[in-house]
Amino acid sequence: MICINSSSALIGSFAYLRKRSLIGDAVAHSLLPGICLGFIMAGEKNMIYLFFGAFFTGWLSTYLVDYIVNRSKIKQDAAIGIVLSSFFALGIVLLTFIQNGVYTDQGGLNHFLFGQVAAINKDELLLFAVVLAVIVLSIIVFYRSFIIVSFNSDYAKSIGLPVRSIEFLMTSLTVLAIAAGIQALGVVLISALIVTPAAAARFWTHSLGRMLVIAVVFSVFSGLVGAYISYANSQTPTGPWVVMILSTITLISFIGSTKRGILARYLKARNNKSKILLENILKAIYHYHERQDRQKELNLSLAPAEILKVRRFDTADLRHGLNQLIRRGFIGYRGNNYYLTEEGMTESKRIVRLHRLWEQYLLKRTSIDAFHVHSGAEAIEHILSPEIEKELEKELGISGIPTEDF
Amino acid sequence: MKEKCAIEVHNLTITYGGAPVLWDVDFELPAGQIIGVIGPNGSGKTTLLKTIMGLLEPSSGYVKIFNQDLSKMRERIAYVPQRESVDWDFPASVFDVVMMGRYRKNNLFKRTNKIDVEIVEECIEKVGLTEFRDRQIAQLSGGQQQRVFIARALAQKAEIYLMDEPFVGVDAATENSILNLLEEMRNTGKTVLIIHHDLQTVSDYFDYLVLLNTRLIAKGTPQDVLTKENLTNAYGGQLTLLAKVANLIKENQFPIREKDVDL
Repeated sequence: MICINSSSALIGSFAYLRKRSLIGDAVAHSLLPGICLGFIMAGEKNMIYLFFGAFFTGWLSTYLVDYIVNRSKIKQDAAIGIVLSSFFALGIVLLTFIQNGVYTDQGGLNHFLFGQVAAINKDELLLFAVVLAVIVLSIIVFYRSFIIVSFNSDYAKSIGLPVRSIEFLMTSLTVLAIAAGIQALGVVLISALIVTPAAAARFWTHSLGRMLVIAVVFSVFSGLVGAYISYANSQTPTGPWVVMILSTITLISFIGSTKRGILARYLKARNNKSKILLENILKAIYHYHERQDRQKELNLSLAPAEILKVRRFDTADLRHGLNQLIRRGFIGYRGNNYYLTEEGMTESKRIVRLHRLWEQYLLKRTSIDAFHVHSGAEAIEHILSPEIEKELEKELGISGIPTEDF
Repeated sequence: MKEKCAIEVHNLTITYGGAPVLWDVDFELPAGQIIGVIGPNGSGKTTLLKTIMGLLEPSSGYVKIFNQDLSKMRERIAYVPQRESVDWDFPASVFDVVMMGRYRKNNLFKRTNKIDVEIVEECIEKVGLTEFRDRQIAQLSGGQQQRVFIARALAQKAEIYLMDEPFVGVDAATENSILNLLEEMRNTGKTVLIIHHDLQTVSDYFDYLVLLNTRLIAKGTPQDVLTKENLTNAYGGQLTLLAKVANLIKENQFPIREKDVDL
């Protein structure tokens, strides 16, 4: 299990980066006729024959997909669909033929359809170890070539690399990994081992080396846990458990990843929303002072109702926002009224200033109606950084708060 | 010959799906100049560059680099593909990509050495990306990504540079800094061949021009090439007859050249 999972995770990462993930599926289905042919030729379940039969038809299928894509208007997805189903149909025909035939020792051939880990014997384990060794060695030796061909094959060709041979090698290794894993996982599920670890790992890192390691860790972990669960509940097969755990890991990565996950994005969005609310309240308090011509002092105490006269807030939002501002030390609370602290005064001035600087900038540099300037500045004031503030100052030649408001 | 000839394109024809994309294109490019390739969309500019780089097989004709076959000259010619031609979400840093410029056919199995790292750092600095050295390439702006590609080509330490639309999606400041870099390269004797689409700036940027529209319309100094007649020929739809013939050839799967005609 460990061997199969690490082999497929490693070489699958490159397939994923080359946007050839679906190829894994095509190859897996196309192995079936090869396995049957191998069986027919050997007359028994001879591992070597089966393996090479599988390797041959699996490889042939990727060649056919490429041929169809290059020589016709059919796109890759359609080509994969065509090749996958034709090979699989042929495989089923051969399989039925074998099952109805004179072969005595045909046991276990249908394991290739859905996978059966328990059916694996010692010789096969050795084969898996060899496959893993070949893949690891190839990746170490050809690491640079694989990267450069996966990233930018035109460029690789331009510096004289034998791109076709390298692609051939990568494809062959993929087929090899799939051929090794098919007995354990079956034709349908094996492609999960190719695509899913790489896709999950990509969420966690921007470095290819680390991505390979993480993919292997995810895959091996799922393999071990899956094997354990199916061992503990002896009625259930291993393959599906492995894939389910792998998919769960991917789902978790999708939601929770620090860099690209939706949880991180959700938190950020929430954070932004709260920032906008707080700054808008501070701005409203400033405006309130301005109406009384007290913007120099900023020392009035005011009730929430008075803030609402300056700007409409959802009352629950306003109460929540005011509490937040108190906790952050921007405003104080005295006898049902709120007032700005020193920090609050500075902060409210900063926001109003950014708003008006941006308005001035838009007016100066773009042809925007003065009527529209305000709404444009409304959101932008919250994201302008101190550096941009300085640049705006320099460009507009304005210091202090512009009095003009739109 | 007055000047050394960097690239010779001899009677080149490329077909795609039966239709000619480049048709009997023939020119010699002087070394040590900044050369622009211009022409309307679909006029075969990218095809020309890819053929010079050996990425496409010509239907007829040939390309020589410094009077030699490309296979002997690989290390002296660097290629900057269109920025859109790769997926920038690839897990690699600026440094990783520029380091690809140091990869050679014969050093792929070796580890990177000190000299390579120095060259890479130097090239990253030349395009002004030092502070982004370890940044993932997906997090760069379009102009910065373009500069990464240029730095990778610089790291190849070649003599001829072929660049496919290096000014696309690049802001004016970056365009200027790239241009300064190109001029610096020319002044040290490098030859730069650039596909360009902005006719406004052509005469400022280039020493020599190639004007294409499937066929070679004109070549020479900007003054010679940018005549009204040449431009109408290339852009003004005056070549509809040519397009019609090309279509006929495609529809009938007709050979573009008779076998026994000498080139």
